[in-house]
Amino acid sequence: MKLKQLSVFLENQPGRLTLPCDVLARAGINILTLSLADTENFGILRLIVEEWEKAQKALTAAGMAVKTTEVVAIKVPDRPGGLAGILHTVEKGGINIDYMYAFTTRRGKDSILILRFDKVDDAIEILKKSGIGIVDRISLFRSVAD
Amino acid sequence: MKTKTAGDRRAQAVSAPDFMPLKKLRALQTKRLRATVARAYGSVRAFRERMDSMRVKPADIRDIGDIRRLPFTEKADLLKTYPFGLFASPMSDVVRLHASSGTTGKPIVVGYTARDMEVWKNVIMRTLAAAGMHRGDILQNAYGYGLFTGGLGLHYGAEALGATVIPISGGNTERQVMVLCDFKVTAICCTPSYFIHLMEQAGKMGVDMKKLPLRVGVFGAEPWTEEMRAFIEAGAGIKAFDIYGLTEIIGPGVAAECPEHCGLHVFEDFFYPEIIDPRTGKSLPDGEEGELVLSTLQKEAIPMLRYRTHDITVILPEPCRCGRTIRRIRRISRRSDDMFIIRGVNVYPSQIEAALLKVEETLPHYLIVLSREKGLDQVEVRVEVTGNVFSDRISEMETLRGRISRSIEHVTGLRMNVRLVEPQTIERSQGKAKRVLDLRNAKPGAKP
Repeated sequence: MKLKQLSVFLENQPGRLTLPCDVLARAGINILTLSLADTENFGILRLIVEEWEKAQKALTAAGMAVKTTEVVAIKVPDRPGGLAGILHTVEKGGINIDYMYAFTTRRGKDSILILRFDKVDDAIEILKKSGIGIVDRISLFRSVAD
Repeated sequence: MKTKTAGDRRAQAVSAPDFMPLKKLRALQTKRLRATVARAYGSVRAFRERMDSMRVKPADIRDIGDIRRLPFTEKADLLKTYPFGLFASPMSDVVRLHASSGTTGKPIVVGYTARDMEVWKNVIMRTLAAAGMHRGDILQNAYGYGLFTGGLGLHYGAEALGATVIPISGGNTERQVMVLCDFKVTAICCTPSYFIHLMEQAGKMGVDMKKLPLRVGVFGAEPWTEEMRAFIEAGAGIKAFDIYGLTEIIGPGVAAECPEHCGLHVFEDFFYPEIIDPRTGKSLPDGEEGELVLSTLQKEAIPMLRYRTHDITVILPEPCRCGRTIRRIRRISRRSDDMFIIRGVNVYPSQIEAALLKVEETLPHYLIVLSREKGLDQVEVRVEVTGNVFSDRISEMETLRGRISRSIEHVTGLRMNVRLVEPQTIERSQGKAKRVLDLRNAKPGAKP
């Protein structure tokens, strides 16, 4: 149910994003999706990749500060109000979302949302009860493979 | 009870002069000082002229306490007489030359006679013995070999003690870790910042330093802190000892820690310590903080009298629990000349270091960058983010930045901009760590 997300610390300077991408390219790792959060000072690159252990090893070996976090992927109906409905459920459950990012796949009509919760297990419980479609690892990566 | 090995007994004999009765020590110092003054007065023109101008004759020095009547020697005196002007021995008696890495222009050059080399060996043996080393130890000597006194200074003393010396010198960190593992190294010496770099490299190579036979580290050539010692001892599973010295006096081996880790014992049968007020030059009693001034009592090639070290410390008046009679200086955390002044406040890099280490898990890789914006001094402290402290949440990273900033403000009283930088982006020193980058007088447009 839970997914591993890799985060990489970056300085907020031109060219900093290229290095981790080069490292992953050399290791033959495909990036499913990513998000970049930045402040005036620094940035945090968050990545979802299938072979996260291999990616983590490659990035660490290249001297980067890397962290793994458990996140949840859910399916969001691709129509107005699709996201709002989910957020209402989460809010009612008293669960805090640290951040999220979305992407669409080649197959299907739904968007996929990656969510980082403060209490991930409680969040999964609430999502399941409300019938919100959590995407497991296997179907997530299958959704992008042809 | 553990029985003493032959190695232990030998180390004990080596340390015997450290325990000399005080009366005997003062008499020995007096005798040696008088001989040194006579030698310097007779053979070094610059020294003779200065004594004459102060109307002090060698015969006026009757007791070790009379040392206060002698003129000071400054680093500038060595530079002015570059390269050999302060030598008291003919070059045919000098068996070794060393030079210190001058930050600007010419280096300072020092020479050693065969007897000076024996003195050096002796104090290094006593340094290593005080750190618990003995025959049978395998020492990885990662101080630089060459003109720098560190490498060769430790080398001959360690051999004389009976240790097996690996003269690996500085650099090539990956190979250092391999040797550390494969050669069953039990002791290491290098700068403390280089050792931390080694610990990082070992971690990257999957080596658990705590599982190695390594048990002693003798670290010096740059100021370090108690927090750094705790970090090194916990991370590498060793006992870390501070060694102090300077090229102008002999190199490493002027003073060293005993297992009490409570100040460094000055080998005062060879190097006489005084503390002065750095502004007035007035002598201060034991227990008061000031600038350390050192006199060599048995050096032949360069008899150095009342050399101003610019190192700030205090002579600890209480006897040490280890029983050594030779006095201790508090470990040197700052120099009167590596201090920088920001907005009128004196700041030492060691204060920043202590502040960083107070913030849990922050590794001591940092750089202080000084700049000037619209006539105002700006300080930026760059700190490397490691896997331990890194979080995927922006808020936690900002909290970390705030904690570092508050810790620095707490120690220095100044608010400094803290910039988190990527791991391994601050240049690693193979020798002395460079902690301050001063761009205040750089040309506009110069890149930090």
